[in-house]
Amino acid sequence: MMVDAAFSDPARERMLFARRLFVGTLVTLILSIVLSLRYFDLQVSRYENFATQSNNNRVLVRPLPPPRGLIYDRKGELVADNRPSYNLTIVPERSDDIEQLLSDLGQLITISKRDIRRFRKNLTRRRPFEQTTLHVNLSEEERAILAVNGHRLSGAETSARLIRHYPFQDLFAHVIGYVGRINERESQTIESVKYSGTDSIGKVGLEKFYESQLLGSVGSEQVETNAWGRAMRVLDRTAAVPGDNLTLYIDSDLQRVAFEAFNGERGALVAIEVETGGILAMVSTPSYDPNLFVTGISQKNYDGLLYSKDRPLFDRTIRGQYPPGSTIKPMFGLIALQNNIVTPDDRINDNGYYYFEGIERPWRDHNFARGGHGNGVNLSKAIIESCNIYFYGLGVKTGIDLLSNYGSQFGLGSTTGIDMPGERPGIMPNRAWKKGAHGQSWFNGDTINASIGQGFMLTTPLQLAVMSARIASRGDVRSPRLVKSINGVEKPSLQAEDSIEISAKHWVYMHQAMEDVVHSSRGTARSISKGLDYRIAGKTGTAQAISIDAEEKYDSSKIDKRQWDHALFVAFAPVEKPKIAIGLIVENGEHGGSSAAPIARAVFDAYMQSQQSTTLVRR
Amino acid sequence: MHRGDFVRQLSSPGGDRRPSRVLHIDIPLLLLLLILCGIGLTVLYSASGQSIFYVKRQATFMLVGLFSMMIMAQFKPRFWERGSALIYVGGLASLVAVLFFGVGAKGAQRWLDLGFTRFQPSELMKIAVPMMVSAYLSKRYLPPQFKHVFFATVATLLPVFLVAKQPDLGTSLIIFSSGFFAIFLAGLGKRYLISTGLLALAAAPTLWFYVLLDYQKQRVLTLLNPEDDKLGAGWNIIQSTTAIGSGGWSGKGWTQGTQSQLNFLPESHTDFIIAVLAEEFGLIGVLTLLLVYLLLIGRCMVIALNAQTMFSRLVAGTLSLTFFVYIFVNMGMVSGILPVVGAPLPFISYGGSAIVTLFCGFGILMAISTEPKRI
Repeated sequence: MMVDAAFSDPARERMLFARRLFVGTLVTLILSIVLSLRYFDLQVSRYENFATQSNNNRVLVRPLPPPRGLIYDRKGELVADNRPSYNLTIVPERSDDIEQLLSDLGQLITISKRDIRRFRKNLTRRRPFEQTTLHVNLSEEERAILAVNGHRLSGAETSARLIRHYPFQDLFAHVIGYVGRINERESQTIESVKYSGTDSIGKVGLEKFYESQLLGSVGSEQVETNAWGRAMRVLDRTAAVPGDNLTLYIDSDLQRVAFEAFNGERGALVAIEVETGGILAMVSTPSYDPNLFVTGISQKNYDGLLYSKDRPLFDRTIRGQYPPGSTIKPMFGLIALQNNIVTPDDRINDNGYYYFEGIERPWRDHNFARGGHGNGVNLSKAIIESCNIYFYGLGVKTGIDLLSNYGSQFGLGSTTGIDMPGERPGIMPNRAWKKGAHGQSWFNGDTINASIGQGFMLTTPLQLAVMSARIASRGDVRSPRLVKSINGVEKPSLQAEDSIEISAKHWVYMHQAMEDVVHSSRGTARSISKGLDYRIAGKTGTAQAISIDAEEKYDSSKIDKRQWDHALFVAFAPVEKPKIAIGLIVENGEHGGSSAAPIARAVFDAYMQSQQSTTLVRR
Repeated sequence: MHRGDFVRQLSSPGGDRRPSRVLHIDIPLLLLLLILCGIGLTVLYSASGQSIFYVKRQATFMLVGLFSMMIMAQFKPRFWERGSALIYVGGLASLVAVLFFGVGAKGAQRWLDLGFTRFQPSELMKIAVPMMVSAYLSKRYLPPQFKHVFFATVATLLPVFLVAKQPDLGTSLIIFSSGFFAIFLAGLGKRYLISTGLLALAAAPTLWFYVLLDYQKQRVLTLLNPEDDKLGAGWNIIQSTTAIGSGGWSGKGWTQGTQSQLNFLPESHTDFIIAVLAEEFGLIGVLTLLLVYLLLIGRCMVIALNAQTMFSRLVAGTLSLTFFVYIFVNMGMVSGILPVVGAPLPFISYGGSAIVTLFCGFGILMAISTEPKRI
């Protein structure tokens, strides 16, 4: 090997390679002989032994699917349970003539062409002696017919299994979600052992978020089979462990009140228990019946839901992003007070136009057409009557940096961390965000738009409810949560995670102003105060669905209803000791005071009533 | 130089007009591959519980593979030599990407989701590593000096560790062998060979205590005594050896294997498919398959010996030796003389990406075998 390496010698290199390749070939041959000997040993020398073993090998292990965990509302009402479903299955090996059997069955019960098509397709991908489903969800009558005729239907069997059922149908669709057949994509990512015997998986909502808890663990059964693989006797059994049961903060009665209060309008409502951050009601309308998805929805039904203009599948509570409009005014007011940018005594004169230095065209107040809110508008009045001109000035003086910093503490601009999949973050704009998203610097005009919750700002109804709850609790930061307990074990931590630093006197001031929105004679939500025996604090909002020029007047009679303004309302009650906070939107509902606030009132009424009756019971 | 040589050289461009040369097909190689595919589909039909569905899918993969092979064969070996560094770096980058953004199944993260399709970078590395190492070493004087061996080793071990981390022990073993074979064929000195062997022995305890995961250790222990673990990994071995052994000389007949047809044999259509073949076609079937494999490897060795450049020689030799590793590891593990690592039996086990990769490898071999002779 001591050759001078500085000279390349192709012939020598080639010889070296050939020698090495020869060594490789030799090793390959030796190892092949080793393999051959091993197979010879197993198949010839020890053949008798293995042949006997194989003949005795008649024990099969079968999976026992676990029942999926149940979901209850806070009062113990079942909102997702399992029901037995009876399927008609066929084992072709046990039938003499499969075509004859199919036509016999077709005469006894209705079997659709689709059933038969799917059955034939599944036949090609099954193992021998495996049951193949022909028809799902047999009615009681059909089961009886099949049982009576059982003797001449050899090969056909009815088999029972549990399927998911949602007794409240469309009421909880977006919250609970639904389970559906495991699709090809999912089957590649799940652990197949855990799902052996289970053919469905949580697709959206809580069913998806808590999939690992709800699933349970699979059991197994050792069965002795005859020569044809048919189970004869159970030898050993490990029972399946049912999935964990979930209990929600949601009150199904309150949920129904909220849902029905929308009266067919499109929109979303989230109600939060102020003390815990638990979700009391969470409604997105229109909704759909999740039961349709459990055994596989027909293409026609699915297309109907998917392409509907009203978008029933869309969860507006966590995925709908709307401009918050005036509903963010109390929050901005609090920020300005805390940072000494305004005081309750600062007053402005509002003639309906706001001029910003250097810009010729004024910003207009679209809420009131008749020449502004007049003289002496202070913060309280600007909240009660929802004066935009006041907030334009307040916004510019506070500056976007402060507004945005505090805004995120109130839960805006990022996901709230609720235990649901697919939440959207909304937008709480600031300089860095605009640079990133639009590549432009921040202008004062942007601040002016943001100060009345328009422009770039976007929030989900859930975020509005969270903001409302944080104002109600005087700054306690709690993440919203749906699940109260798992298998009866309460989820810990009722303490607030954080607290927003704002002085007590400012909270008192703002609570008073928001109370006056509902209870004073000039408040924008005064219409709902009639007959109230408790106090509500709130703030209305209107969000433009289309843009309107400063000189133009918004006139709903001239535009299509789908372009009408969205109506918003945030509120909490009772004012003295807030227990429930709400954020809601009615799409194209025009005015927060007239279309959104009454929905909140209905929910508050139902909640207060239930509180009263529970205290009565306790006494 | 003789005058005759000169004449031959002049007439040689475009001189060979046989269709196989024009299309860059190596006829013996193609025939052997087609025979393997035929055996594969036949056994798969039985192993999948007589499922036309699986057979159709597998046949589709094979057609895609054949097509890819034909495309690979059209490029000159020179092209692959030049491109090997780029392919290698791209493959390495995507392996790193898998660590962060990979999607996977059953606790392993192996794929990159490209939106329209999924891509398994470790498959690419099975070809990229031998090409890279061969291209690197063929530019040096052989036998390689220490520093060249060192760099080639690093280039091999990087992807090996990344793939082992996924974790995919079977594939990382394949990549490791391919890198090692390239260095070995390039003429790695005997001193290195011996010291590497000693080093590996010394490293074994470290590997055992720090690198191998619990379930991987379990598989080695299971190999030593399968009866200890009747329901876990031992179940596979007990069932597969029973299936093989009960096949005898001539087997129980096609689709008549009780072990495989009655679901006793796990993974019967993927990694453990040789047990189905052994049960239904007996020792004769096993030896026939082994013979076809060896003929294929033999043909590849001939291609390697006749190749025009050192790069071509190294790549061809490496790919053919690596191909044998697949066979040895799979047939060894199913018959219980090697621990269970996820390793498919080439062209027989069900699985799309592995088949396409194999065909791509043979595409490069065809490119090498049909390269016009230089005198």
